[in-house]
Amino acid sequence: MSSEEYANTSSYRLSSLSYTKRPRYKVSVQNLNSWFGSKQALKDINFDVKENTVTALIGPSGCGKTTLIRCLNRMNEMTSGAIVKGSVYLDDIDIYASNVDPVIIKRRMGMVFQKPNPFPTMSIYDNVAAGLKLNGIRDKVLIKEIVEESLKGAVLWDEVKDELSRPGLSLSGGQQQRLCIARALAMQPEVLLMDEPTSALDPIASAKIEELINELRKELTVIIVTHNMQQAARVSDYTAFMYLGELVEYGPTKQIFENPQKELTERYISGKFG
Amino acid sequence: MNNTEKNYHHSKDHRKVIQNAIIRQNYKRKMVNRVFTGVTIACVMLAMIPLGSILFEVVKNGISAISIEFLTQPQGSIIRGDGGIGPAIQGTLLTVGYASLIGVPIGVLAGVYLSEYAGNSKFAYAVRFFNSVMTGMPSIVIGIVGYIVLVITIGSFNITAGAVALSIIMIPIVVAVTEETLKLVPNSIREAAHSLGIPKWKVTLFITLRSAKNGILTGIVLAVSRVAGETAPLIMTILGTSLFFQGFVSPVDALPLRIWRFASQPYEHAHSFGWGAALVLIIMILSLSVLLRFLVLEKEFKLGSLVKK
Amino acid sequence: MIGAAGYTLFMLVLVATSVVQGSMPIFSLEGIGFLFSTEWNPVEGRESYGALPYIVGTLVSSAIAMAIGVPISLGIAVFISEISPPRFGTPIGFIIEILAAIPSIIYGLWALFVFRFWIVDFIERPLYEAFGGTIPLFARTPFGLDIFTAGIVLAIMIIPIISSISREILKAIPNSQREAAYSLGATRWETVWKVLFPYAKAGLLGAAILGLGRAVGETILVTMVIGNAVGANAIPDTLFSPSQTLSSIIANEFNEAITVFHSSALIALGTVLFIVTMGINIGARLLVSRMVKVTPGAKE
Repeated sequence: MSSEEYANTSSYRLSSLSYTKRPRYKVSVQNLNSWFGSKQALKDINFDVKENTVTALIGPSGCGKTTLIRCLNRMNEMTSGAIVKGSVYLDDIDIYASNVDPVIIKRRMGMVFQKPNPFPTMSIYDNVAAGLKLNGIRDKVLIKEIVEESLKGAVLWDEVKDELSRPGLSLSGGQQQRLCIARALAMQPEVLLMDEPTSALDPIASAKIEELINELRKELTVIIVTHNMQQAARVSDYTAFMYLGELVEYGPTKQIFENPQKELTERYISGKFG
Repeated sequence: MNNTEKNYHHSKDHRKVIQNAIIRQNYKRKMVNRVFTGVTIACVMLAMIPLGSILFEVVKNGISAISIEFLTQPQGSIIRGDGGIGPAIQGTLLTVGYASLIGVPIGVLAGVYLSEYAGNSKFAYAVRFFNSVMTGMPSIVIGIVGYIVLVITIGSFNITAGAVALSIIMIPIVVAVTEETLKLVPNSIREAAHSLGIPKWKVTLFITLRSAKNGILTGIVLAVSRVAGETAPLIMTILGTSLFFQGFVSPVDALPLRIWRFASQPYEHAHSFGWGAALVLIIMILSLSVLLRFLVLEKEFKLGSLVKK
Repeated sequence: MIGAAGYTLFMLVLVATSVVQGSMPIFSLEGIGFLFSTEWNPVEGRESYGALPYIVGTLVSSAIAMAIGVPISLGIAVFISEISPPRFGTPIGFIIEILAAIPSIIYGLWALFVFRFWIVDFIERPLYEAFGGTIPLFARTPFGLDIFTAGIVLAIMIIPIISSISREILKAIPNSQREAAYSLGATRWETVWKVLFPYAKAGLLGAAILGLGRAVGETILVTMVIGNAVGANAIPDTLFSPSQTLSSIIANEFNEAITVFHSSALIALGTVLFIVTMGINIGARLLVSRMVKVTPGAKE
């Protein structure tokens, strides 16, 4: 089976098969189910994400895409009443295994949220360095290097390099979002999870971030939730279409948009609902 | 994108450094986190101990003093343990009742005014601001004021001075709670009533206040309970006596005051009377809250029948 | 109705004018020196009064109360707001509120007859025996009726206020801040200490200051455990010395004051108390309201 056919199937995976070594896939979701209290939010999700790709999660509101992405780094546990069954593999570790410390997972996977949330009491420099300092890194030279690198990676360096000590909140919305991206990048994550990162931004700022995502895939794996189909088409290699908590179709972006296999997908793509 | 930004590439070294740092620090950070959680739990425990001890001691030491004689008779010879705190109980009930008669209407009216009529005028701002300053006023200072204004002028210590002093303590609390509760009533209710052509004062009285009733009553009970336990303002206003009520311009006794005087006496009976009085005081304050629940429930039934009309 | 609202303003004016007027005699006798003198001589003909010892007593007892009460209150607030699941948090918060509802006379009774002995046996005596010879702070035989005991019991009294306001303030911090911190892999302690506390600095300070206001104004409790020293003796030279605060001496002596100057001196102490608490309260409210207003979102 070619890797693309493999990715195309959203078939039920027997949990008795032990996929403990999956060097081909950076993130592998297996039989993931999730509830908030008694309401089921995710139904039997299965898909794999290759390293150095950009995967988009699309679907109408309420389809579960945000819930899903927050399950990938165990951020969903911050909501009370959240229950998860199934597995999410980061390389060869099931992040939901009982011996796994959720805090460590979050350090390997960075997250960017819909509304920019820089720390208001810190300067631009300190915001980016926040994760590093928390982890006990004291080498000032190293921190400076990483901060510069991350700001460059977030396409923000040129705009702020002379005013790094200004408060994080003094930037515009689009800049703040790039600041948050830089902050996440400073942790050198292997995977970057983005939950509708441009929905609160104007088109110019959004375009900058899309360019940035394009560059990022060289270094890490990106999974992005977006309600903007055109954005998904522009930016991602693979797309997953979700509806009412189920993964309806998953495949290479080109194929999903030009030749969807499921009727539901086709209807969503052509704007018939959502 | 500029050339300077084009290559986001961090060396594999950086990633390794970070990951090593994470692994090295992880144990320490986890331990610190655990210690922290333990410390906060300890804080909670520390706060609970006095509460438990106070309630326990009051009941343990006070229950032995309770008797019909204790609750109804004036004090006899304290050395022999005769008599009781009858005048103090009566005094507290009268003084607090008197204070509420003054404080509750003024407080509620002021609160209604601030919420429904005044909006954000300068006057309203001043009232709100100084009201909140008054909530922090030490009760001994208010006692001094009561002395100057009503004891010197009338010529003797008296219950009225005490009641007025207590009302000064009550009013800011009632005003604040009333205004807050009224603010929580959704505007749609007022609008609906207005659109029916009902004049504003009726809307406020029969519709808005009704909705906020529970909150306001709770606030009133809070203020009354607070005031029932106050000692300092009573020292120089009602003075305390061993007699029952003698008139509005005469001194009167009160539980907190009596407890204070008992505590400073060296006799064993005085101490046990003091605990007994404390027990009575706590029961009185608790029953206020219980009474509140019944009143509220009862009123809800009445409201239902009114609506049907 | 406007009258009712106006009455509240009137009350404050009444308080202010009464105490100031009542203080006039002593200030005309001693002038501003009254605030710095340590005399306390009510014998007619040779009267002299000074507020300094009681100002010191109030400051020291409140300082002890804050030093103990603020950390514990913050610990409780963080526990309820960040650590405990809601079904424990709400009852615990409720129980702390009950602490606030207990009249201070009953605190005083308990402190005088029960708690004082705990403090003497478990804290004061051991400290005295271990350090009495070396550290001057502990160099007096402890009997439990001293400024240290007063400070500790005041701490217990102010914990409910500080912790409940701190809880509200922590609740007001937008969740997005916590998410940002946790997504970077911070532990709970790190999030609280490095993100939440800096964010809520102003409000938490305001909560603490409101607690201070309560401690400064507390009267009855203090009279029962502070030892009631008078004049220069009231200035505590050790932690275990008896002392007196502005409020406690008023309560103790007001009804016994026969001469005009004695009464006026006490009223003047009340004026000092009035001004100090007003200042504390205004400062605290400003800080807390600044925090609630400045909850910044992203600027677009």
